[in-house]
Amino acid sequence: MIRFENVGLRYGMGPEVLRDVSFFLPERSFQFLSGPSGSGKTTLLRLLFLSLKPTRGLITIFGKDRSRITRDELPMIRRKIGVVFQDFRLLDHLTTYENVALPLRVRGREEASYRSDVVELLKWVGLGDRMHVLPPVLSGGEKQRAAIARALIEQPRILLADEPTGNVDPQLARRLLRLLIELNRMGTAVVIATHDIGLMDQVEARRMVLSGGRLEIYD
Amino acid sequence: MIKAGTGAIARSKLARLRERIEAGVKRQANNRLARKQTPIVPPDNVAGRAMVLVIAIMTFLSCLTLGAVTLVRDTAATWQTQIAREATIQIKPAEGLDMEEALARARAVAAGYSGVRSVEIVGREATQRLLEPWLGPALNMDELPVPRLIIVTIDPVNRPDFEAMRAELAQAVPNAVLDDHRTWVDRLVAMARTTVTIGMAVLALMLSATALTVIFATRGAMAGNGHVIEVLHFVGAEASFIARQFRRHFLLAGSRGAAVGGIAAIIVFVVFSWWSSRNIGTPEGDQAAALFGNFAIGLSGYLGVGLVVLLIAALTATTTHVTVIAYLRRIET
Repeated sequence: MIRFENVGLRYGMGPEVLRDVSFFLPERSFQFLSGPSGSGKTTLLRLLFLSLKPTRGLITIFGKDRSRITRDELPMIRRKIGVVFQDFRLLDHLTTYENVALPLRVRGREEASYRSDVVELLKWVGLGDRMHVLPPVLSGGEKQRAAIARALIEQPRILLADEPTGNVDPQLARRLLRLLIELNRMGTAVVIATHDIGLMDQVEARRMVLSGGRLEIYD
Repeated sequence: MIKAGTGAIARSKLARLRERIEAGVKRQANNRLARKQTPIVPPDNVAGRAMVLVIAIMTFLSCLTLGAVTLVRDTAATWQTQIAREATIQIKPAEGLDMEEALARARAVAAGYSGVRSVEIVGREATQRLLEPWLGPALNMDELPVPRLIIVTIDPVNRPDFEAMRAELAQAVPNAVLDDHRTWVDRLVAMARTTVTIGMAVLALMLSATALTVIFATRGAMAGNGHVIEVLHFVGAEASFIARQFRRHFLLAGSRGAAVGGIAAIIVFVVFSWWSSRNIGTPEGDQAAALFGNFAIGLSGYLGVGLVVLLIAALTATTTHVTVIAYLRRIET
Protein backbone atom coordinates (compact mmCIF):
# COMPACT_ATOMS: atom_id res chain seq x y z
CA MET A 1 0.00 0.00 0.00
CA ILE A 2 2.71 2.52 1.05
CA ARG A 3 6.40 1.91 0.45
CA PHE A 4 9.43 4.06 1.46
CA GLU A 5 12.79 3.28 -0.13
CA ASN A 6 15.92 5.06 1.15
CA VAL A 7 13.94 8.20 1.91
CA GLY A 8 15.82 11.19 3.25
CA LEU A 9 14.51 14.60 4.22
CA ARG A 10 16.08 17.87 5.26
CA TYR A 11 14.45 21.24 5.90
CA GLY A 12 16.14 23.87 3.74
CA MET A 13 19.93 23.70 4.12
CA GLY A 14 19.75 22.05 7.57
CA PRO A 15 20.89 18.54 8.50
CA GLU A 16 18.91 15.49 7.39
CA VAL A 17 15.97 14.88 9.74
CA LEU A 18 15.30 11.45 8.22
CA ARG A 19 18.04 9.25 6.74
CA ASP A 20 17.65 6.21 4.48
CA VAL A 21 14.22 5.35 5.81
CA SER A 22 12.80 2.21 4.19
CA PHE A 23 9.64 0.29 5.11
CA PHE A 24 6.41 -1.11 3.71
CA LEU A 25 2.96 -0.56 5.18
CA PRO A 26 0.64 -3.33 3.99
CA GLU A 27 -3.18 -3.15 3.90
CA ARG A 28 -4.95 -3.84 7.24
CA SER A 29 -1.66 -3.61 9.17
CA PHE A 30 -1.28 -2.15 12.66
CA GLN A 31 1.94 -0.51 13.82
CA PHE A 32 3.37 1.91 16.32
CA LEU A 33 5.81 4.61 15.31
CA SER A 34 7.90 5.63 18.28
CA GLY A 35 11.09 7.38 19.21
CA PRO A 36 12.23 10.22 21.45
CA SER A 37 10.92 13.75 21.00
CA GLY A 38 12.47 15.42 17.97
CA SER A 39 13.40 12.11 16.36
CA GLY A 40 11.26 12.86 13.30
CA LYS A 41 7.96 11.07 14.03
CA THR A 42 5.78 13.99 12.97
CA THR A 43 7.97 14.57 9.91
CA LEU A 44 7.54 10.94 8.89
CA LEU A 45 3.77 11.25 9.39
CA ARG A 46 3.77 14.39 7.23
CA LEU A 47 5.59 12.47 4.50
CA LEU A 48 2.98 9.70 4.78
CA PHE A 49 0.25 12.33 4.57
CA LEU A 50 1.82 13.95 1.48
CA SER A 51 2.23 17.33 3.09
CA LEU A 52 6.02 17.10 2.59
CA LYS A 53 8.12 15.90 -0.33
CA PRO A 54 11.26 13.84 0.39
CA THR A 55 14.59 15.37 -0.55
CA ARG A 56 15.74 11.96 -1.76
CA GLY A 57 14.52 8.39 -2.06
CA LEU A 58 11.31 6.92 -3.42
CA ILE A 59 7.84 6.90 -1.90
CA THR A 60 5.13 4.80 -3.53
CA ILE A 61 1.67 5.45 -2.20
CA PHE A 62 -1.37 3.43 -3.33
CA GLY A 63 0.69 2.36 -6.34
CA LYS A 64 1.69 5.91 -7.35
CA ASP A 65 5.12 7.47 -7.29
CA ARG A 66 4.98 10.46 -4.87
CA SER A 67 7.19 12.57 -7.13
CA ARG A 68 4.69 12.19 -9.98
CA ILE A 69 1.60 13.12 -8.00
CA THR A 70 0.39 16.55 -9.10
CA ARG A 71 -1.03 19.22 -6.82
CA ASP A 72 -4.51 18.60 -8.25
CA GLU A 73 -4.33 14.87 -7.48
CA LEU A 74 -3.40 15.39 -3.81
CA PRO A 75 -6.91 15.96 -2.38
CA MET A 76 -8.22 12.72 -3.93
CA ILE A 77 -5.32 10.69 -2.50
CA ARG A 78 -5.60 12.44 0.88
CA ARG A 79 -9.19 11.27 1.18
CA LYS A 80 -7.84 7.70 1.46
CA ILE A 81 -5.71 8.74 4.44
CA GLY A 82 -7.23 9.70 7.78
CA VAL A 83 -5.16 11.84 10.13
CA VAL A 84 -5.61 12.47 13.84
CA PHE A 85 -3.50 15.38 15.03
CA GLN A 86 -2.01 15.65 18.46
CA ASP A 87 -3.75 19.00 18.95
CA PHE A 88 -7.03 17.68 17.45
CA ARG A 89 -7.43 20.61 15.01
CA LEU A 90 -11.19 20.82 15.41
CA LEU A 91 -12.86 24.02 14.19
CA ASP A 92 -14.21 25.79 17.25
CA HIS A 93 -17.13 27.46 15.47
CA LEU A 94 -18.53 24.15 14.15
CA THR A 95 -20.39 21.61 16.32
CA THR A 96 -18.98 18.13 16.92
CA TYR A 97 -21.38 16.81 14.26
CA GLU A 98 -20.28 19.46 11.74
CA ASN A 99 -16.59 18.86 12.48
CA VAL A 100 -16.96 15.13 11.88
CA ALA A 101 -19.02 15.74 8.72
CA LEU A 102 -16.48 18.26 7.37
CA PRO A 103 -14.58 15.86 5.04
CA LEU A 104 -17.89 14.94 3.36
CA ARG A 105 -19.07 18.53 3.22
CA VAL A 106 -15.91 19.70 1.44
CA ARG A 107 -16.59 17.06 -1.21
CA GLY A 108 -19.84 18.89 -1.95
CA ARG A 109 -22.12 16.13 -0.66
CA GLU A 110 -25.67 16.97 0.41
CA GLU A 111 -26.09 16.95 4.17
CA ALA A 112 -29.09 14.58 3.99
CA SER A 113 -26.95 11.96 2.21
CA TYR A 114 -24.46 11.57 5.07
CA ARG A 115 -26.43 12.57 8.18
CA SER A 116 -27.16 9.01 9.37
CA ASP A 117 -23.53 7.89 8.74
CA VAL A 118 -22.14 10.75 10.84
CA VAL A 119 -24.63 10.14 13.66
CA GLU A 120 -23.81 6.42 13.65
CA LEU A 121 -20.08 7.07 13.76
CA LEU A 122 -20.47 9.60 16.58
CA LYS A 123 -22.41 7.00 18.55
CA TRP A 124 -19.67 4.44 17.82
CA VAL A 125 -16.99 6.69 19.29
CA GLY A 126 -19.26 7.48 22.26
CA LEU A 127 -20.20 11.04 21.33
CA GLY A 128 -23.87 10.38 20.48
CA ASP A 129 -25.02 12.84 23.13
CA ARG A 130 -22.39 15.50 22.34
CA MET A 131 -23.28 16.04 18.68
CA HIS A 132 -24.45 19.62 18.94
CA VAL A 133 -21.77 20.81 21.32
CA LEU A 134 -18.97 23.15 20.24
CA PRO A 135 -15.39 21.84 20.73
CA PRO A 136 -14.41 24.38 23.43
CA VAL A 137 -16.82 22.68 25.86
CA LEU A 138 -15.64 19.13 25.03
CA SER A 139 -13.15 17.38 27.31
CA GLY A 140 -9.72 16.34 25.98
CA GLY A 141 -10.88 12.75 25.48
CA GLU A 142 -14.05 13.85 23.71
CA LYS A 143 -12.05 16.11 21.40
CA GLN A 144 -9.71 13.23 20.62
CA ARG A 145 -12.65 10.94 19.78
CA ALA A 146 -14.22 13.66 17.63
CA ALA A 147 -10.90 14.01 15.78
CA ILE A 148 -10.75 10.23 15.28
CA ALA A 149 -14.36 10.18 14.02
CA ARG A 150 -13.51 12.97 11.53
CA ALA A 151 -10.52 10.99 10.29
CA LEU A 152 -12.70 7.88 9.83
CA ILE A 153 -15.83 9.34 8.26
CA GLU A 154 -14.56 8.80 4.72
CA GLN A 155 -13.55 5.19 5.52
CA PRO A 156 -9.87 5.77 4.78
CA ARG A 157 -7.55 2.90 3.88
CA ILE A 158 -5.02 4.03 6.46
CA LEU A 159 -5.31 6.04 9.68
CA LEU A 160 -2.34 8.07 10.93
CA ALA A 161 -2.62 9.12 14.58
CA ASP A 162 -0.07 11.52 16.07
CA GLU A 163 0.14 10.94 19.86
CA PRO A 164 -3.58 10.10 20.10
CA THR A 165 -3.31 9.39 23.82
CA GLY A 166 -0.97 12.25 24.66
CA ASN A 167 -3.64 14.44 26.22
CA VAL A 168 -5.81 11.86 27.99
CA ASP A 169 -5.66 9.81 31.22
CA PRO A 170 -4.49 6.14 31.08
CA GLN A 171 -8.02 4.76 31.31
CA LEU A 172 -9.22 6.83 28.36
CA ALA A 173 -5.99 6.02 26.49
CA ARG A 174 -6.89 2.31 26.76
CA ARG A 175 -10.41 3.01 25.47
CA LEU A 176 -9.03 4.96 22.51
CA LEU A 177 -6.56 2.16 21.77
CA ARG A 178 -9.40 -0.38 21.79
CA LEU A 179 -11.28 1.88 19.37
CA LEU A 180 -8.30 1.93 16.99
CA ILE A 181 -7.82 -1.86 17.28
CA GLU A 182 -11.50 -2.39 16.46
CA LEU A 183 -11.11 -0.08 13.47
CA ASN A 184 -8.09 -2.10 12.32
CA ARG A 185 -10.10 -5.32 12.59
CA MET A 186 -12.66 -3.77 10.26
CA GLY A 187 -9.94 -3.38 7.61
CA THR A 188 -8.21 -0.02 8.07
CA ALA A 189 -4.42 0.07 8.40
CA VAL A 190 -3.34 2.03 11.49
CA VAL A 191 -0.11 3.90 12.32
CA ILE A 192 0.07 5.31 15.83
CA ALA A 193 2.92 7.72 16.54
CA THR A 194 3.61 7.64 20.27
CA HIS A 195 6.38 7.55 22.84
CA ASP A 196 4.09 5.96 25.43
CA ILE A 197 5.77 2.57 26.13
CA GLY A 198 2.84 1.54 28.32
CA LEU A 199 0.45 1.98 25.46
CA MET A 200 2.63 -0.06 23.07
CA ASP A 201 2.96 -2.87 25.60
CA GLN A 202 -0.81 -3.38 25.50
CA VAL A 203 -0.81 -4.63 21.91
CA GLU A 204 1.30 -7.10 19.99
CA ALA A 205 2.09 -4.97 16.96
CA ARG A 206 4.95 -3.99 14.73
CA ARG A 207 7.09 -1.21 16.20
CA MET A 208 8.85 1.30 13.99
CA VAL A 209 11.41 3.15 16.11
CA LEU A 210 13.03 6.36 14.91
CA SER A 211 16.34 7.39 16.40
CA GLY A 212 18.73 10.00 15.07
CA GLY A 213 16.75 10.13 11.84
CA ARG A 214 17.14 6.39 11.17
CA LEU A 215 14.34 3.85 11.38
CA GLU A 216 14.51 0.43 13.07
CA ILE A 217 11.63 -1.98 12.63
CA TYR A 218 10.72 -4.63 15.25
CA ASP A 219 8.13 -7.07 13.91
CA MET B 1 -65.84 -10.36 25.87
CA ILE B 2 -66.65 -6.65 25.90
CA LYS B 3 -63.89 -6.06 28.43
CA ALA B 4 -61.41 -7.91 26.23
CA GLY B 5 -62.51 -5.86 23.18
CA THR B 6 -62.15 -2.57 25.11
CA GLY B 7 -58.69 -3.66 26.27
CA ALA B 8 -57.59 -4.41 22.69
CA ILE B 9 -58.83 -1.00 21.49
CA ALA B 10 -57.02 0.74 24.35
CA ARG B 11 -53.81 -1.17 23.55
CA SER B 12 -53.99 -0.29 19.85
CA LYS B 13 -54.64 3.39 20.76
CA LEU B 14 -51.67 3.28 23.09
CA ALA B 15 -49.49 1.72 20.37
CA ARG B 16 -50.56 4.40 17.87
CA LEU B 17 -49.83 7.10 20.44
CA ARG B 18 -46.40 5.61 21.08
CA GLU B 19 -45.70 5.49 17.32
CA ARG B 20 -46.72 9.12 16.95
CA ILE B 21 -44.50 10.18 19.86
CA GLU B 22 -41.53 8.23 18.45
CA ALA B 23 -42.11 9.74 14.98
CA GLY B 24 -42.28 13.20 16.58
CA VAL B 25 -39.03 12.64 18.49
CA LYS B 26 -37.30 11.39 15.32
CA ARG B 27 -38.60 14.34 13.32
CA GLN B 28 -37.38 16.75 16.00
CA ALA B 29 -33.96 15.08 16.02
CA ASN B 30 -33.78 15.27 12.22
CA ASN B 31 -34.84 18.91 12.27
CA ARG B 32 -32.07 19.71 14.71
CA LEU B 33 -29.54 18.08 12.39
CA ALA B 34 -31.04 19.54 9.25
CA ARG B 35 -30.92 23.12 10.52
CA LYS B 36 -28.90 25.55 8.48
CA GLN B 37 -25.26 24.52 8.40
CA THR B 38 -22.74 26.79 10.04
CA PRO B 39 -20.56 28.50 7.40
CA ILE B 40 -17.13 26.87 7.10
CA VAL B 41 -15.38 30.23 7.42
CA PRO B 42 -15.78 31.47 11.02
CA PRO B 43 -17.73 34.66 11.67
CA ASP B 44 -15.79 37.92 11.71
CA ASN B 45 -13.35 38.40 14.55
CA VAL B 46 -11.88 41.74 15.65
CA ALA B 47 -9.55 41.86 12.61
CA GLY B 48 -12.50 41.08 10.32
CA ARG B 49 -14.62 43.85 11.79
CA ALA B 50 -11.67 46.25 11.59
CA MET B 51 -11.30 45.31 7.91
CA VAL B 52 -14.96 46.17 7.23
CA LEU B 53 -14.54 49.51 9.02
CA VAL B 54 -11.32 50.35 7.15
CA ILE B 55 -12.96 49.46 3.82
CA ALA B 56 -15.98 51.64 4.68
CA ILE B 57 -13.78 54.64 5.57
CA MET B 58 -11.51 54.31 2.53
CA THR B 59 -14.48 53.83 0.18
CA PHE B 60 -16.11 56.93 1.67
CA LEU B 61 -12.96 59.02 1.12
CA SER B 62 -12.44 57.65 -2.40
CA CYS B 63 -16.03 58.37 -3.35
CA LEU B 64 -15.78 61.91 -1.93
CA THR B 65 -12.64 62.48 -4.00
CA LEU B 66 -14.34 61.06 -7.07
CA GLY B 67 -17.39 63.26 -6.48
CA ALA B 68 -15.19 66.34 -6.03
CA VAL B 69 -13.32 65.61 -9.27
CA THR B 70 -16.63 65.07 -11.11
CA LEU B 71 -17.92 68.38 -9.73
CA VAL B 72 -14.79 70.28 -10.78
CA ARG B 73 -14.79 68.67 -14.23
CA ASP B 74 -18.46 69.48 -14.85
CA THR B 75 -18.09 73.03 -13.54
CA ALA B 76 -15.00 73.64 -15.69
CA ALA B 77 -16.90 72.35 -18.73
CA THR B 78 -19.80 74.69 -17.91
CA TRP B 79 -17.47 77.72 -17.64
CA GLN B 80 -15.99 76.93 -21.04
CA THR B 81 -19.28 76.40 -22.85
CA GLN B 82 -20.95 79.44 -21.31
CA ILE B 83 -18.17 81.76 -22.46
CA ALA B 84 -17.68 80.01 -25.77
CA ARG B 85 -21.39 80.48 -26.53
CA GLU B 86 -21.06 84.22 -27.19
CA ALA B 87 -18.96 86.62 -29.24
CA THR B 88 -19.07 90.42 -29.22
CA ILE B 89 -18.77 92.99 -31.99
CA GLN B 90 -17.72 96.40 -30.73
CA ILE B 91 -18.11 99.44 -32.91
CA LYS B 92 -16.07 102.43 -31.88
CA PRO B 93 -17.50 105.87 -32.68
CA ALA B 94 -15.68 107.99 -35.26
CA GLU B 95 -16.12 111.28 -37.02
CA GLY B 96 -18.90 111.08 -39.56
CA LEU B 97 -19.88 107.51 -38.65
CA ASP B 98 -23.58 106.77 -38.61
CA MET B 99 -23.59 104.46 -35.61
CA GLU B 100 -27.09 103.01 -36.13
CA GLU B 101 -26.34 102.30 -39.79
CA ALA B 102 -22.94 100.74 -38.89
CA LEU B 103 -24.63 98.57 -36.23
CA ALA B 104 -27.22 97.33 -38.75
CA ARG B 105 -24.50 96.57 -41.30
CA ALA B 106 -22.36 94.68 -38.80
CA ARG B 107 -25.41 92.72 -37.62
CA ALA B 108 -26.24 91.78 -41.23
CA VAL B 109 -22.64 90.56 -41.78
CA ALA B 110 -22.66 88.44 -38.58
CA ALA B 111 -26.11 87.00 -39.22
CA GLY B 112 -24.97 85.73 -42.62
CA TYR B 113 -22.67 83.11 -41.13
CA SER B 114 -23.71 79.58 -40.35
CA GLY B 115 -23.24 78.69 -36.68
CA VAL B 116 -24.65 82.05 -35.59
CA ARG B 117 -27.89 81.54 -33.66
CA SER B 118 -28.84 85.16 -33.10
CA VAL B 119 -27.39 88.64 -33.38
CA GLU B 120 -28.62 91.29 -30.98
CA ILE B 121 -27.66 94.95 -30.82
CA VAL B 122 -27.29 96.20 -27.26
CA GLY B 123 -29.71 99.16 -27.33
CA ARG B 124 -28.97 102.70 -26.16
CA GLU B 125 -30.89 102.20 -22.89
CA ALA B 126 -29.12 98.94 -22.18
CA THR B 127 -25.73 100.50 -22.93
CA GLN B 128 -26.61 103.38 -20.63
CA ARG B 129 -27.50 100.93 -17.85
CA LEU B 130 -24.18 99.15 -18.39
CA LEU B 131 -22.24 102.38 -17.95
CA GLU B 132 -24.35 103.76 -15.11
CA PRO B 133 -22.22 102.33 -12.29
CA TRP B 134 -19.19 104.23 -13.59
CA LEU B 135 -20.63 107.35 -15.19
CA GLY B 136 -23.76 107.93 -13.10
CA PRO B 137 -27.44 108.15 -14.04
CA ALA B 138 -27.23 111.55 -15.70
CA LEU B 139 -25.22 110.22 -18.62
CA ASN B 140 -26.01 111.64 -22.03
CA MET B 141 -24.84 109.12 -24.62
CA ASP B 142 -24.68 111.75 -27.38
CA GLU B 143 -22.11 113.80 -25.45
CA LEU B 144 -19.62 110.97 -25.11
CA PRO B 145 -17.99 108.78 -27.76
CA VAL B 146 -19.39 105.54 -26.29
CA PRO B 147 -18.72 102.38 -28.27
CA ARG B 148 -21.72 100.17 -29.00
CA LEU B 149 -21.98 96.42 -28.75
CA ILE B 150 -23.57 93.62 -30.73
CA ILE B 151 -23.98 90.25 -28.97
CA VAL B 152 -23.55 87.32 -31.33
CA THR B 153 -24.92 84.08 -29.87
CA ILE B 154 -23.22 81.11 -31.45
CA ASP B 155 -23.73 77.39 -31.66
CA PRO B 156 -20.88 75.92 -29.51
CA VAL B 157 -20.94 72.71 -31.53
CA ASN B 158 -20.92 74.32 -34.97
CA ARG B 159 -18.89 77.48 -34.45
CA PRO B 160 -18.84 80.11 -37.23
CA ASP B 161 -15.68 80.97 -39.14
CA PHE B 162 -14.53 83.93 -37.01
CA GLU B 163 -11.55 84.77 -39.24
CA ALA B 164 -13.77 85.20 -42.30
CA MET B 165 -16.31 87.19 -40.25
CA ARG B 166 -13.53 89.42 -38.90
CA ALA B 167 -12.21 90.09 -42.43
CA GLU B 168 -15.67 90.85 -43.82
CA LEU B 169 -16.48 93.15 -40.89
CA ALA B 170 -13.21 95.03 -41.41
CA GLN B 171 -14.30 95.78 -44.95
CA ALA B 172 -17.95 96.56 -44.24
CA VAL B 173 -17.50 98.46 -40.96
CA PRO B 174 -13.87 99.52 -40.47
CA ASN B 175 -14.49 100.57 -36.86
CA ALA B 176 -15.90 97.19 -35.85
CA VAL B 177 -13.82 94.84 -33.68
CA LEU B 178 -14.88 91.22 -33.31
CA ASP B 179 -14.02 89.61 -29.97
CA ASP B 180 -14.66 85.86 -29.96
CA HIS B 181 -13.36 85.59 -26.34
CA ARG B 182 -10.64 83.24 -27.58
CA THR B 183 -8.09 84.50 -25.06
CA TRP B 184 -10.49 83.98 -22.16
CA VAL B 185 -11.64 80.61 -23.40
CA ASP B 186 -8.05 79.44 -23.92
CA ARG B 187 -7.11 80.52 -20.39
CA LEU B 188 -10.19 78.89 -18.91
CA VAL B 189 -9.61 75.67 -20.84
CA ALA B 190 -6.02 75.57 -19.60
CA MET B 191 -7.13 76.26 -16.03
CA ALA B 192 -9.94 73.71 -16.17
CA ARG B 193 -7.65 71.07 -17.65
CA THR B 194 -5.06 71.69 -14.93
CA THR B 195 -7.72 71.50 -12.22
CA VAL B 196 -9.15 68.25 -13.62
CA THR B 197 -5.65 66.76 -14.05
CA ILE B 198 -4.78 67.60 -10.42
CA GLY B 199 -8.14 66.12 -9.35
CA MET B 200 -7.50 62.93 -11.33
CA ALA B 201 -4.01 62.64 -9.83
CA VAL B 202 -5.46 63.04 -6.32
CA LEU B 203 -8.14 60.44 -7.18
CA ALA B 204 -5.50 58.02 -8.48
CA LEU B 205 -3.47 58.44 -5.27
CA MET B 206 -6.59 58.00 -3.18
CA LEU B 207 -7.61 54.85 -5.05
CA SER B 208 -4.06 53.44 -4.77
CA ALA B 209 -4.04 54.13 -1.01
CA THR B 210 -7.48 52.50 -0.75
CA ALA B 211 -6.33 49.45 -2.71
CA LEU B 212 -3.24 49.01 -0.50
CA THR B 213 -5.23 49.53 2.70
CA VAL B 214 -7.87 47.03 1.58
CA ILE B 215 -5.17 44.48 0.68
CA PHE B 216 -3.43 44.81 4.06
CA ALA B 217 -6.69 44.82 6.03
CA THR B 218 -7.87 41.69 4.19
CA ARG B 219 -4.56 39.93 4.75
CA GLY B 220 -4.73 40.89 8.43
CA ALA B 221 -8.23 39.46 8.73
CA MET B 222 -7.15 36.33 6.83
CA ALA B 223 -4.17 35.74 9.13
CA GLY B 224 -6.52 34.60 11.89
CA ASN B 225 -7.98 31.93 9.62
CA GLY B 226 -4.78 29.97 8.91
CA HIS B 227 -5.91 27.05 11.07
CA VAL B 228 -9.20 26.78 9.13
CA ILE B 229 -7.35 26.64 5.80
CA GLU B 230 -5.02 23.97 7.24
CA VAL B 231 -7.86 21.80 8.55
CA LEU B 232 -9.78 22.04 5.27
CA HIS B 233 -6.61 21.17 3.41
CA PHE B 234 -5.93 18.12 5.60
CA VAL B 235 -9.48 16.77 5.34
CA GLY B 236 -9.02 16.64 1.56
CA ALA B 237 -10.63 19.89 0.39
CA GLU B 238 -9.49 21.07 -3.02
CA ALA B 239 -7.68 24.41 -3.19
CA SER B 240 -10.48 25.84 -5.35
CA PHE B 241 -13.08 24.85 -2.73
CA ILE B 242 -11.13 26.48 0.11
CA ALA B 243 -10.48 29.62 -1.94
CA ARG B 244 -14.18 29.81 -2.91
CA GLN B 245 -15.34 29.62 0.72
CA PHE B 246 -13.03 32.42 1.84
CA ARG B 247 -13.59 34.50 -1.28
CA ARG B 248 -17.36 34.42 -0.77
CA HIS B 249 -17.04 35.33 2.91
CA PHE B 250 -14.66 38.24 2.34
CA LEU B 251 -16.52 39.42 -0.78
CA LEU B 252 -19.63 39.81 1.38
CA ALA B 253 -17.69 41.52 4.17
CA GLY B 254 -15.89 43.82 1.69
CA SER B 255 -19.14 44.63 -0.13
CA ARG B 256 -20.75 45.48 3.20
CA GLY B 257 -17.96 47.91 4.09
CA ALA B 258 -17.76 49.39 0.59
CA ALA B 259 -21.55 49.83 0.38
CA VAL B 260 -21.62 51.65 3.74
CA GLY B 261 -18.80 53.98 2.59
CA GLY B 262 -20.42 54.58 -0.82
CA ILE B 263 -23.87 55.26 0.66
CA ALA B 264 -22.36 57.67 3.22
CA ALA B 265 -20.64 59.55 0.37
CA ILE B 266 -23.90 59.71 -1.63
CA ILE B 267 -25.70 61.07 1.47
CA VAL B 268 -23.05 63.82 1.70
CA PHE B 269 -23.57 64.73 -1.99
CA VAL B 270 -27.35 64.72 -1.64
CA VAL B 271 -27.17 66.90 1.49
CA PHE B 272 -24.87 69.43 -0.27
CA SER B 273 -27.10 69.44 -3.33
CA TRP B 274 -30.17 70.02 -1.12
CA TRP B 275 -28.34 72.77 0.78
CA SER B 276 -27.32 74.56 -2.41
CA SER B 277 -30.84 74.34 -3.86
CA ARG B 278 -32.28 75.78 -0.64
CA ASN B 279 -29.79 78.64 -0.63
CA ILE B 280 -30.36 79.89 -4.18
CA GLY B 281 -30.52 83.67 -4.06
CA THR B 282 -28.64 84.03 -0.77
CA PRO B 283 -25.10 85.48 -0.88
CA GLU B 284 -23.44 82.24 0.29
CA GLY B 285 -25.57 80.16 -2.08
CA ASP B 286 -24.70 82.40 -5.02
CA GLN B 287 -21.04 82.22 -4.10
CA ALA B 288 -21.14 78.40 -4.00
CA ALA B 289 -23.17 78.28 -7.23
CA ALA B 290 -20.69 80.58 -8.95
CA LEU B 291 -17.88 78.23 -8.02
CA PHE B 292 -19.48 74.79 -8.20
CA GLY B 293 -22.67 75.18 -10.21
CA ASN B 294 -25.62 73.50 -8.49
CA PHE B 295 -23.40 71.19 -6.41
CA ALA B 296 -24.90 68.07 -8.01
CA ILE B 297 -22.47 65.32 -9.11
CA GLY B 298 -24.89 64.03 -11.74
CA LEU B 299 -25.51 60.51 -12.98
CA SER B 300 -21.85 59.92 -13.93
CA GLY B 301 -20.80 60.78 -10.34
CA TYR B 302 -23.28 58.31 -8.84
CA LEU B 303 -22.24 55.64 -11.35
CA GLY B 304 -18.61 56.33 -10.41
CA VAL B 305 -19.44 55.80 -6.72
CA GLY B 306 -21.09 52.48 -7.65
CA LEU B 307 -18.02 51.50 -9.66
CA VAL B 308 -15.67 52.32 -6.75
CA VAL B 309 -17.82 50.18 -4.42
CA LEU B 310 -17.74 47.25 -6.88
CA LEU B 311 -13.98 47.62 -7.46
CA ILE B 312 -13.22 47.60 -3.73
CA ALA B 313 -15.43 44.54 -3.12
CA ALA B 314 -13.74 42.74 -6.04
CA LEU B 315 -10.31 43.74 -4.72
CA THR B 316 -11.16 42.24 -1.31
CA ALA B 317 -12.24 38.97 -2.93
CA THR B 318 -9.15 38.83 -5.17
CA THR B 319 -6.80 39.51 -2.24
CA THR B 320 -8.50 36.72 -0.28
CA HIS B 321 -8.13 34.30 -3.18
CA VAL B 322 -4.44 35.09 -3.65
CA THR B 323 -3.78 34.85 0.13
CA VAL B 324 -5.50 31.44 0.41
CA ILE B 325 -3.64 30.00 -2.59
CA ALA B 326 -0.30 31.36 -1.26
CA TYR B 327 -1.02 29.87 2.18
CA LEU B 328 -1.85 26.47 0.67
CA ARG B 329 1.37 26.53 -1.39
CA ARG B 330 3.33 27.29 1.78
CA ILE B 331 1.88 24.38 3.81
CA GLU B 332 2.29 22.04 0.88
CA THR B 333 6.05 22.29 0.53
